[in-house]
Amino acid sequence: MTNSSSAKSTYAYSPGLKVKRNELVRKRRILSVPGEVLVKEGDSVSFDTVVAKASLRGLPHISRTASILGVDPDELEYYMLKKTGDFVKEGEIIAEVSGFFGLFSRKCASPTTGTIESISNLTGQVIIRELDIELELKAYIPGKVVKVFPNEGVEVATNAAFIQGIFGVGSETHGELKICAESNKDILTENDINSDFKGKILVGGAKISKGALYKAIEIGAAGIIAGGIEDNILMDFLGYEIGVAITGQEDIPLTIIVTEGFGEMAMSKNSFTLLENFEGYTVSATGETQIRAGVMRPEIIIPHEYDGDKKIEENMEHSLVEGMGIGTLVRVIREPYFGAIGKITMLPVQLQNIRSESMVRVMEIEIEDGKRVIVPRTNVEIIEE
Amino acid sequence: MSRKVSLYEEAKYILATDVGSTTTKARYFEKKDDSYRYIVSGEAPTTVEAPFEDVTMGVRNAVREVEELINRRLLRENGIICPRKDGEGVDIYVTTSSAGGGLQMIVGGLVKTMTAESAERAALGAGSIVMDVLAVNDPRPFFKKIERIRSLRPDMILLAGGTDGGDIRQVVELAELIDTAEPKARLGIGYELPIVFAGNKDAQKDIRNLLEEKYALKIVENLRPTLEIENTSPSRSAVHELFMEHVMSHAPGYNKLMKWTDVDIMPTPAGEGMMMQLIAKTFNKNVLGVGLGGATTNVYSVVRLFERDRSSNIRFVRTVSANLGMSYSISNVMKETGIKNIMRWIIFDIDEPIVSSRLRNKMIRPTTIPQTIEDLMIEHAVAREALRLGLQHHRSLARGLKGVKKERDIGDFFLEAEEESYIDMMNIDVIAGTGGLLSHAPRRSQTILILTDAFQPEGVTLMFQDSVFMMPHLGVLSTVHEHAAWEIFDKDCLVRLGTIIAPKGLAKEGEHVVTVSLKKPDGEEVTKSLNFGQIFSISLEERKKAKVIINPSKKFDVGKGPGHTLQTEVEGGVVGVVIDARGRPLFIPENTTERRKKLINWFTSLNAYPETILDN
Repeated sequence: MTNSSSAKSTYAYSPGLKVKRNELVRKRRILSVPGEVLVKEGDSVSFDTVVAKASLRGLPHISRTASILGVDPDELEYYMLKKTGDFVKEGEIIAEVSGFFGLFSRKCASPTTGTIESISNLTGQVIIRELDIELELKAYIPGKVVKVFPNEGVEVATNAAFIQGIFGVGSETHGELKICAESNKDILTENDINSDFKGKILVGGAKISKGALYKAIEIGAAGIIAGGIEDNILMDFLGYEIGVAITGQEDIPLTIIVTEGFGEMAMSKNSFTLLENFEGYTVSATGETQIRAGVMRPEIIIPHEYDGDKKIEENMEHSLVEGMGIGTLVRVIREPYFGAIGKITMLPVQLQNIRSESMVRVMEIEIEDGKRVIVPRTNVEIIEE
Repeated sequence: MSRKVSLYEEAKYILATDVGSTTTKARYFEKKDDSYRYIVSGEAPTTVEAPFEDVTMGVRNAVREVEELINRRLLRENGIICPRKDGEGVDIYVTTSSAGGGLQMIVGGLVKTMTAESAERAALGAGSIVMDVLAVNDPRPFFKKIERIRSLRPDMILLAGGTDGGDIRQVVELAELIDTAEPKARLGIGYELPIVFAGNKDAQKDIRNLLEEKYALKIVENLRPTLEIENTSPSRSAVHELFMEHVMSHAPGYNKLMKWTDVDIMPTPAGEGMMMQLIAKTFNKNVLGVGLGGATTNVYSVVRLFERDRSSNIRFVRTVSANLGMSYSISNVMKETGIKNIMRWIIFDIDEPIVSSRLRNKMIRPTTIPQTIEDLMIEHAVAREALRLGLQHHRSLARGLKGVKKERDIGDFFLEAEEESYIDMMNIDVIAGTGGLLSHAPRRSQTILILTDAFQPEGVTLMFQDSVFMMPHLGVLSTVHEHAAWEIFDKDCLVRLGTIIAPKGLAKEGEHVVTVSLKKPDGEEVTKSLNFGQIFSISLEERKKAKVIINPSKKFDVGKGPGHTLQTEVEGGVVGVVIDARGRPLFIPENTTERRKKLINWFTSLNAYPETILDN
């Protein structure tokens, strides 16, 4: 084995999840359709401030009116009781064919409440569009508006502690942070939760038990954060099995964030300690995850006054850009050393045969008990602190 | 153009890249001693997303690795040095791309199993992922279809429907439905969504009136001019053209990348499909190919079909199972097949919840690789199921045209069930596999077993594997230099795993299945008799051929009918000639102890895994 301390960086490293005490968090809040921006640059905003709004065109409904009336499409206009642009209510008659003396008449009712958008003399279809839906976009994090994108939205910035989870479900929420576990290795149970925690974001240790999850829902908690969760508990709760990690749109009463993965996994000490330090603060959190192109991880944002050291942070940023080197602190993210944290002691250049018999690039790390182990380079992530 | 063609023919240095969703892969080739060879690779993360938002950065990083390895300058400020000059650069630079999730399309037609299915085949053949298939006879209510169109953000829509000369009303209705839903393009506001219309030619005027102002509309020949004819080629070309003009040009950095190459950027699966077709053409055989990726599984078939009048035509069909894959989609394989089907391939004690947690952890950390042999075997178990489901999906589209009036005789009624798909494993001559898990399997016998267990070849089938992931690169290269692409593929990419001899049929445990007599080129003769449930391999080197006489017992068929002898020639490979007497369909015992014993016997027989795990 060759010890190459000069092998400083490789493209195949995993930057790891962010766990930072001070980060200038910038959030772009962009409408899904063009609309109106309600704040200006320099404005202070809170979690619930509406920063932009838009009207989303209502859902269109197609009525096969000519077919219902039994007339040719090009005759349809003659039988229409309503014209393009008219407002109609659900069930209101929009077209009618009358037979002799009103006998054998056929009627076509509007399938929805809305406006007649078009009447086609080619297909005989009438399109009725529902009323516009008003969309309101909230700031999500408190801070200053630092940029306005006309008709689209804004960018809000704030100093915050920032923790990325590995996986989550549930959408954006906010609430007071409540630590419910004594250590990062504890399992969160229903006994750790009481009705005083309503609206709060609860922090567990290594796992969210089934009892804790349902108790949290019962008392109306806004969210739960823990190291892991058993996949069957999560799937039972959701009512379906997750196939791909694209989440955040679930219709569920609280947001769940796991920082390490599925199963019982002690939350990383850094994350747990940071959360402990900010107990009682109001935090923003989302379970939105997308592990595909356009990767998104769940996040916990704890706005607070800056209390860091710029020099140390710059050095840390620099070392991360450099990649992995001897001494870099990493966490193993796959069996057989899943969760072990250690410092890199060797970065051999040559490919090595690992236990699965694959020839891969590896590293040697010294884990917490002083033991040195070999792991594939792709199976670690750098710990960003 | 002629100068370019001659330049391509005389090319000595060739660079090809594939801009994947996560990694950009550069492959460098050279002409040495009059033949084209693969020289080195360079890889770097794809830079399609923020903060980079410029794919050329990833391409530069990957090419820079190549430069370092070959000690030759390939890059300049504004791209790749092409054509070469003063000892720098390359003669050909080509690239494929699937960054940002590849080409994503919605297709529509009148009848789900007729024009809509033809449109789906055309879109898939062009290398896209089909997000939804709309049809007039689709049972979903209008508003559900509209909601669906609004929620999806496709790169393009392909609209078919109606035979030429037929009623135009329904296809215009479908166009109205799409227009009413106001679909938004994935690449954002201000981008004109491309729509290809390939339906009833009489509807072209009305379609133009309805859609031309709001969309980038392209009208091509009807892909089902009559019920008897499916003509997907013009639609496929239009999709490729619009992919370049409207999709690629809006993706971050592609405008720059398009200037770096004279050859159109091709969707990655389209490149892979070109190579599958080239295998079929060169060997003149029916091919079933598979690309088992992290997010998707692509299955390709190139099959010669015989018509009633004995004329024949070659059908190329590609399908993509968008959520069957070995990393991002690994949990979805478990969801689709069920954990029990994964557990049936595992030979050691491990609880179901642990396996399911491990697979979900792979989903959320998709770049990790198995370090232990147990973890490797779990992934191989999932691969078998992903491939099996991928082929099942492929069969649903690789079938004859629905709606065709046929003259039938009494025999046809008995064959009706088989008409569902023309993929008959007895007629598949070659199976080719590519993708990270198959290419990087530590032992080649693992790959041949995974492919065999999943696809269950019948009769005599040659098995290939891509050694270094470069089928897409060579596919796009083949559009300008087929000779170079094939030479590199044959010499440096295509690993001949061996030949599988698999009699079709079932018997009782221990009952005689087949006797195979094989005569090697050096004159050595090997005769082997196998009973039901056994698998055995006879060594025969790559590129060596041997004459075989295969005598199946009366319950088994190797292509000549039950009990009939087949004399043929087989090709060797790194695993050899494998006689598979485990039954077709493959028989796996229900009882856990018996099943594990069987699996261990099979793995031991082909030396597929280390003894340490097989002896436990």
